[in-house]
Amino acid sequence: MAGKTLYDKLWDDHVVYTEENGSALLYIDRQLVHEVTSPQAFEGMRLAGRKPWRKSRNLAVADHNIPTTKRAEGIADPVSRLQVETLEKNCEEFGITEFAMTDPRQGIVHVMGPEQGAVLPGMTVVCGDSHTSTHGASGALAFGIGTSEVEHVLATQCLVQSKSKNMLIRVNGSVGKGVTAKDIVLAIIGKIGTAGGTGYAIEFAGEAIQALSMEGRMTVCNMAIEAGARAGLIAVDDVTINYYQGRPFAPKGDHWELAKAAWQGLHSDEDAEFDKIIDLDAQTIIPQVTWGTSPELVVPVDAAVPDPSNEPDPVKRQGMERALEYMGLEPGQKITEINLDTIFIGSCTNSRIEDLREAAKIAKGKKVAKNVHRALVVPGSGLIKQQAEEEGLDQIFLEAGFEWREPGCSMCLAMNADRLEEGERCASTSNRNFEGRQGYGGRTHLVSPSMAAAAAIAGHFVDVRNFTN
Amino acid sequence: MRAFKTITSLVVPLDRANIDTDAIIPKQFLKSIRRTGFGPFLFDEWRYEDRGEPDMDCSNRPLKKDFVLNDPQYKGAQILLTRENFGCGSSREHAPWALDDYGFRVIIAPSFADIFYNNCFKNGLLPIVLDEEIVDSLFNELDKGDQLTVDLEQQQIATPSGRVIAFDVDENRKFRLLNGLDDIALTLQQAEKIKAYEEQRAKRAPWLFAD
Repeated sequence: MAGKTLYDKLWDDHVVYTEENGSALLYIDRQLVHEVTSPQAFEGMRLAGRKPWRKSRNLAVADHNIPTTKRAEGIADPVSRLQVETLEKNCEEFGITEFAMTDPRQGIVHVMGPEQGAVLPGMTVVCGDSHTSTHGASGALAFGIGTSEVEHVLATQCLVQSKSKNMLIRVNGSVGKGVTAKDIVLAIIGKIGTAGGTGYAIEFAGEAIQALSMEGRMTVCNMAIEAGARAGLIAVDDVTINYYQGRPFAPKGDHWELAKAAWQGLHSDEDAEFDKIIDLDAQTIIPQVTWGTSPELVVPVDAAVPDPSNEPDPVKRQGMERALEYMGLEPGQKITEINLDTIFIGSCTNSRIEDLREAAKIAKGKKVAKNVHRALVVPGSGLIKQQAEEEGLDQIFLEAGFEWREPGCSMCLAMNADRLEEGERCASTSNRNFEGRQGYGGRTHLVSPSMAAAAAIAGHFVDVRNFTN
Repeated sequence: MRAFKTITSLVVPLDRANIDTDAIIPKQFLKSIRRTGFGPFLFDEWRYEDRGEPDMDCSNRPLKKDFVLNDPQYKGAQILLTRENFGCGSSREHAPWALDDYGFRVIIAPSFADIFYNNCFKNGLLPIVLDEEIVDSLFNELDKGDQLTVDLEQQQIATPSGRVIAFDVDENRKFRLLNGLDDIALTLQQAEKIKAYEEQRAKRAPWLFAD
């Protein structure tokens, strides 16, 4: 019999029972909760008179709606305020731990979870948010769910699930200087498309993945959903285990030793069989920039905006034409000749300390270009903000003309006051470039933190590899 | 949940691939703490000339005339015909809530994003996956005013020309949809099995059960 993939192992370890048709009741170890996708779930619990199955397995934080300025003044928008207050009330009523807006542990739910050790290797992790795939970086089976499923997990600690297929993406060799986790995952999405991973759990492997820090691995798994896969996964190694040692919710003492021993097995067996294997040569990946309104519409920074007339598939061609029109770009235009109005460094994809360090390295001693009228740096959590300030990163950004903000989802999806105006063009370290994502009529180009910082300084996209000394 | 009944309805052809959940229901409407009232804001940025805000009265908003949903001939349609990877992007259940609130009951596409697909079944909506060629043929065959009949029990779609198209659906999901069953109540019937699992798991991973 063939060995098991990491996904198979995690799946098997959490099956309560399997039905005849193959769907299974899967046990969920951790649910992360935020304000946008939970109110209707709590309301359902209340109406049915249900209590949480295991309230300690839920951890809540408000992130989508909250302001990134003047935190002490509260939330100006009454609709946003009601949603955040509703989360507080619900957590109180149902006995769920919540980090309040003024707590330094508050942050983007997918940054806070691993930072606290509330997400651990070997867990099943869910959240009413598609970027839950982030936590696969820790060797956990993690996926986004809808609000009905949030309620289901609250009430039963389980979900009815069908098993996905196994895909392995190997990024072989090592990437060149200036090429980051973000570029790797954008290149992968460019290769397989936004539906390429639909129906699969994707395990990322190969030397270039192993060489990444936990932060980098989280960036890669975070965007597995942008390739259509609900879950991304990376095998546990010393990098993973070292990351979790001593975190507040991580096991201590004897339990730590037991956990560590168990986690050593969280990798695919050598003879495991995958339904699909894709190989990429890390050396061929250079910094990436999206030009369209889907993350798959991505090119290397040294390329030009593609010409739809070269696309044989009529549905795809039409999609490209629409994207060009929305983005206000012409076929053949060089990526490095695209000017920017706004820079956004943040989001659950790229707001961790390593991301801020990378961006600060580029910004140090330089000034944001005149045509860039707004450059935001939004740390992923209060603790990251503190750490960055201890390292002096905030001063580097401020001196260069960036704004240094409070943690939250911010301009990634523009549910708070941070948003693009119609026609504004943004170099963003977030994960989605959909129409209107960062604000009505806003134009988003997805890039790495160092590429965003370099674009802020130059006023247009530049190859960050020419920016590094 | 509402039980799914056989539907005969007009079909709105939305000829775009990769329609994401931000397009289906833009983020400003996600601030609601209710499950209903999203229908008027479905495809808001494609449907209206102005910018939609929560709690707006949509009856007098200027419409984008070339957007298919605004064609009066499709009024009352309960079936949406569209292209691959429908519902990609965020996990927001507000997307199926908006489609449902508008009046859609069936969405036909060559493929759906996983989370969206799941969310549909939790809300009495039936997403139907058909081969790309068949979807193409439906786009070509259906004229304004044409109706399709979708029979979930038989797993069949009947077209005006008399063509019968079979579709697949997971047996478990079909059963729940046809009977409008509450998933949580069904799972709680297995409470003893969940507790037994927890006991076993606590032996394998005691650190998770330390509290």
